Amino acid sequence: MQEFMMLFRHVPNPEFEASPEQIQAEIKKWKDWIGATAAQGKFVGTNQLLNEGKVIKPGNVLTDGPYAEVKEILGGYMIVKTETIEEAIEIGKGCPILDMGGHVEVRGFVQLDL
Amino acid sequence: MKEIDQLIPKLFRTEYSKLVAVLCKVFGLSNIQVAEDIVSDTFVLAAEKWKEQGLPDNQVAWLYTVAKNRARDYLRREKLRREKIEPNIKHSQETSYDLELDLSEQNIEDSQLQMLFAVANPLISEQSQIAMALRVLCGFSIDEVASALLSNREVINKRLYRAKQNLRKHKVKLELPPPKHIAERLDTVLTSLYLLFNEGYYATHSDVVIRKDLCREAMRLCILLTRNESTDLPKVSALLSLMCFHSSRFEARFDAQGDQVLYYEQDRNLWQQSLIAKGEYYLNRSSTGEQLDKFHLEAAIAYWHTEEDSHEKWENILQLYNYLLQLEYSPIAALNRTYALARADGANIAIPEALKLNLEDRHLYHTLLAQLYAEINNLDKQKLHLNLALDKAASKRDRDFIQAKLDKLS
Repeated sequence: MQEFMMLFRHVPNPEFEASPEQIQAEIKKWKDWIGATAAQGKFVGTNQLLNEGKVIKPGNVLTDGPYAEVKEILGGYMIVKTETIEEAIEIGKGCPILDMGGHVEVRGFVQLDL
Repeated sequence: MKEIDQLIPKLFRTEYSKLVAVLCKVFGLSNIQVAEDIVSDTFVLAAEKWKEQGLPDNQVAWLYTVAKNRARDYLRREKLRREKIEPNIKHSQETSYDLELDLSEQNIEDSQLQMLFAVANPLISEQSQIAMALRVLCGFSIDEVASALLSNREVINKRLYRAKQNLRKHKVKLELPPPKHIAERLDTVLTSLYLLFNEGYYATHSDVVIRKDLCREAMRLCILLTRNESTDLPKVSALLSLMCFHSSRFEARFDAQGDQVLYYEQDRNLWQQSLIAKGEYYLNRSSTGEQLDKFHLEAAIAYWHTEEDSHEKWENILQLYNYLLQLEYSPIAALNRTYALARADGANIAIPEALKLNLEDRHLYHTLLAQLYAEINNLDKQKLHLNLALDKAASKRDRDFIQAKLDKLS
């Protein structure tokens, strides 16, 4: 088994205001997708990221981020354990971010020898 | 005479573990065998004397007095021999002649609680933990332990011997873990109690009386944990709640022929309302604090199962399983999650998810798929999976159950 990280990115649309029902439905999609991954015994961990944060630059420069400079933001990640990257990609194909026009990046980990 | 033959095992069940725990407080846990021998001798003597001289008015007090005297004799002999047991004696050496066994309810309960932590100990294998718990905490005879665990005397004796050796080797003391370790050590204790409960609840043991006994003992020990301030953590209530909900369905799970009745085909009138109410009480009690662990989720799932069918019910169960599986994967939870998904969102949604579960070796996987295909009227696939289920099922009971479903289709 190897671990892979899926990164969810999308361009937020500030115009769009979701109704409470739409928000509920969106949350359910994510929960069911994560639950389905866990039901296959392939789940390792996940987190949704807040939109607000800070970006640290050389010379002790802090900016509000990540909105200020990039259009596309990282919304969250999930780590899975699968035999191959293809299996991880199969899981990624069900990610709800794709319905929002976003995309999923699947990356393996470098094994550091200590 | 007959009265005494019935009374002794009954008293043994309730008093043996109390006396052993209190004596171990005095002798040290490394001498648990001495404590057990003294208490066993006490019961042998009781059987003889009571038959000779008639029943004493207060039998429990009689047992306590005799056990106390025997413990005192033992200490006196040991002291004379200056054996190494002496440093283990709590309190000062001078008073050991006039040993005062504290047999107050409070000390009995405290000692049993400490014994529970000593027994449910990562140093001992899980199998041995259960055997030890049944023996020294639930007062089961060796034969009863063997019978309850579908084993034999020799195996159980070996397990107990090894467990006691381990306790001695690692100098395990009869005490509660320090406060900062309680939560962590409780996990092992709760797992052990959960296994004990499941042994009674799920085991295919033919004797219903024994199985109920195991469930009851697991609950009793769980209640013991809720009665002590330092061990009364929310997750203890969560486990107790789970046990109450499960127990409420004990009668409904099997039909008159002893065949398993699936959850949604059970007669709700057979569910014990008093236990459901207790389950709800402990579920509320568990919902304090920050920590949410698997017992909370499982208790909440069990709670929702007591409700009438509705979309809300199944959506809640689905989400609880989604979360439970993230904390801890198990094939059964994966299958139950998929069933809940079918109830909440329909078989059409659930079938593709079921096909990804990678559990083809299990008959329950195929009975689930058969059920889901039946819901979308795909008779061929339904039959195919029932036949696969028949192929994978190990027990006769399961095969008969699946065969009956197949017979209905043709």
